[in-house]
Amino acid sequence: MIELRNVHKSFGSNHVLRGVDLNITKGSSMVVIGGSGTGKSICLKSILGLVVHDSGTITLDGEDVKKAERDSFLARFGMLFQGGALFDSLPVWQNVAFRLLRGSLKRPKTEAREIAIEKLRRVGLKADVADLFPAELSGGMQKRVGLARAIAAEPEIIFFDEPTTGLDPIMSGVINDLIREIVVEMGATAMTITHDMSSVRAIADNVAMLHDGIIQWTGPVADMDASGDPYLEQFIHGKADGPIEAVR
Amino acid sequence: MIVLLSPLAAIGRSTLGTLAALGRLALFGGRTIGHMVKPPFYFKEILYSLINVGYLSLPVVGLTAIFTGGALALQIYSGGARFNAEAVVPQIVAIGMVRELGPVLVGLMIAARVTSSIAAEIATMKVTEQIDALVTLSTNPMQYLTVPRVLAGLLMVPILVGVGDVIGILGGYIVGTGSLGFNPATYLKNTVDFVEMRDIVSSLVKGAAFGFIATLMGCYYGINTGRGAQGVGRATKGAVEAAAILILAANFLLTSIFFSI
Repeated sequence: MIELRNVHKSFGSNHVLRGVDLNITKGSSMVVIGGSGTGKSICLKSILGLVVHDSGTITLDGEDVKKAERDSFLARFGMLFQGGALFDSLPVWQNVAFRLLRGSLKRPKTEAREIAIEKLRRVGLKADVADLFPAELSGGMQKRVGLARAIAAEPEIIFFDEPTTGLDPIMSGVINDLIREIVVEMGATAMTITHDMSSVRAIADNVAMLHDGIIQWTGPVADMDASGDPYLEQFIHGKADGPIEAVR
Repeated sequence: MIVLLSPLAAIGRSTLGTLAALGRLALFGGRTIGHMVKPPFYFKEILYSLINVGYLSLPVVGLTAIFTGGALALQIYSGGARFNAEAVVPQIVAIGMVRELGPVLVGLMIAARVTSSIAAEIATMKVTEQIDALVTLSTNPMQYLTVPRVLAGLLMVPILVGVGDVIGILGGYIVGTGSLGFNPATYLKNTVDFVEMRDIVSSLVKGAAFGFIATLMGCYYGINTGRGAQGVGRATKGAVEAAAILILAANFLLTSIFFSI
C-alpha cells in the first residue's frame, strides 16, 4: 500500500502541496484528478523520489520512500510518462526492453528482444514496429510503446501520467481500455493522474481530487457523481462557476 | 541610505550567486569523477561518446589546424622580415602550434561542436522527461549520460590536440615550402630539433583538461536546463560560453604551471 501523510512541497514561494493525505491500496486503481498546475505530477513524482518533498511522509508497504534502497524500490515501479519520454536514440524494442538490457534485471539480448516484441503485441503493436525509432511513430503509437516499456519488467505498481493527453477521443478510449485491461490482468496497483473524465471512468476504482495543494475529496468512482462536493462537481461538469477559480 | 546600500546589495547577491554556482559545478565535477570509477559501466555509451567526441571531430579539428598553421607561417614570415628573422618560421610555427594554438583552438572547437551538442541533447532529454524516465528505469543519469561523455572528453581531446598540432605544423610546412621558399628538409629538421618533450606533454595535458571542461559543461548545463525550447537554448548558450571561458582560464593556469620561469 502507498500512503501519503501531510505531504508538503514548495518551489520558492509557490506552495504546490500543502498537506496531501492519500491511501492507495494494493491492487487498486487510483486516479488523481485536478486542474492544470494543481500539483498532480509533483505528487506522483514525490512518491517515486524524482521530486523530494519538503515535509510529511510517503510510505510504500510501511517503508519510508526516502529511506528505501533505490534500485529495489524503483524495480517495483513502471511508469508511463505524459509525452512518452521514449529515448529517441534507441529503437523501439530497446526502449521497451531498456530495463532488461542492463542492471539487476539484465537478460540475454535475444530474450530481451522477444519480451519486448511480446509486450508490443500486448499493447496492439506489430513486431515490425520494434526496429523503428520513436520519431517514426505517431503520438498514439508512442503512448503504446511507453505503456509496453512500463509493463516490460512486470512491475507491481504502475503510474500513468496524463495517459491520454494529446490523443484523439478514439485513441484515448483505446489507451484507457488497454490500461484497464493490463492493470487487471497483472493485478498491479495503479495510480493515474489526469484531467480527462473519460479516463477516470474507464480506469479508476477510486478517485481523489487534488485542489489548492490538498485532497479535496476521495472515494470510490461509483460515488463520484453523487459526492455533493462542490469542487468535484464543478470539475466533473466543467463549469466556469464554482469554488475553483476559472483563471489560475 | 537604502539608495546607497542597494548597489552593494546587488554586488553581494551576484557574488553569492556566482559562488553558489561554482560550488554546484564543483560538486557536479566531483560526483562525475567519483562515478567514473564506480560500476555499472555502460560500455556501449562510452564507445558511442568516444566516436562522437573524437573521431567525428577530426574534420573540424584538421581544417582549423591546417589553416591556422598556414596563416601563422605567413604572419611570422612577414613580421620577422622587419628585423631580418624570416628564418625562424619553422621553429615559431612548431612552438606556437604545440604549446598554445593547437590545444586552445582544438579546445574551443570542441566547445563549439561537442559542448553545444551535449548540452542540447541532454537538455532536450530533461524537458521531455527522458531523464526522469531513466531514473524510473533504475538507471543513474550521471552514470549513463555524464560519465561516458566526460570520459570521452578526457581521453579523446588530447589525441585530437596531438593530431591538430601535427596538422598545424603541416599547414606551416606547406606554406613555408610552397610559397615562402623554405627548403623542405631544413624546415622539418628545424621543427623537430626545436620542439621539446615538455612542449608535447603540456599540449596533451591541456587537451585532457580542455576535454574534461568542455564535456562537463555540456552535461552540467544540459541537466540543469530550464523549461521548454527557451530553456534548451539558454542551456546550450550557457554551456558553450562557460566552456570557452574556462578553457581559456585553464590555458593560462596550465601555461603558468608548465612554463613559469
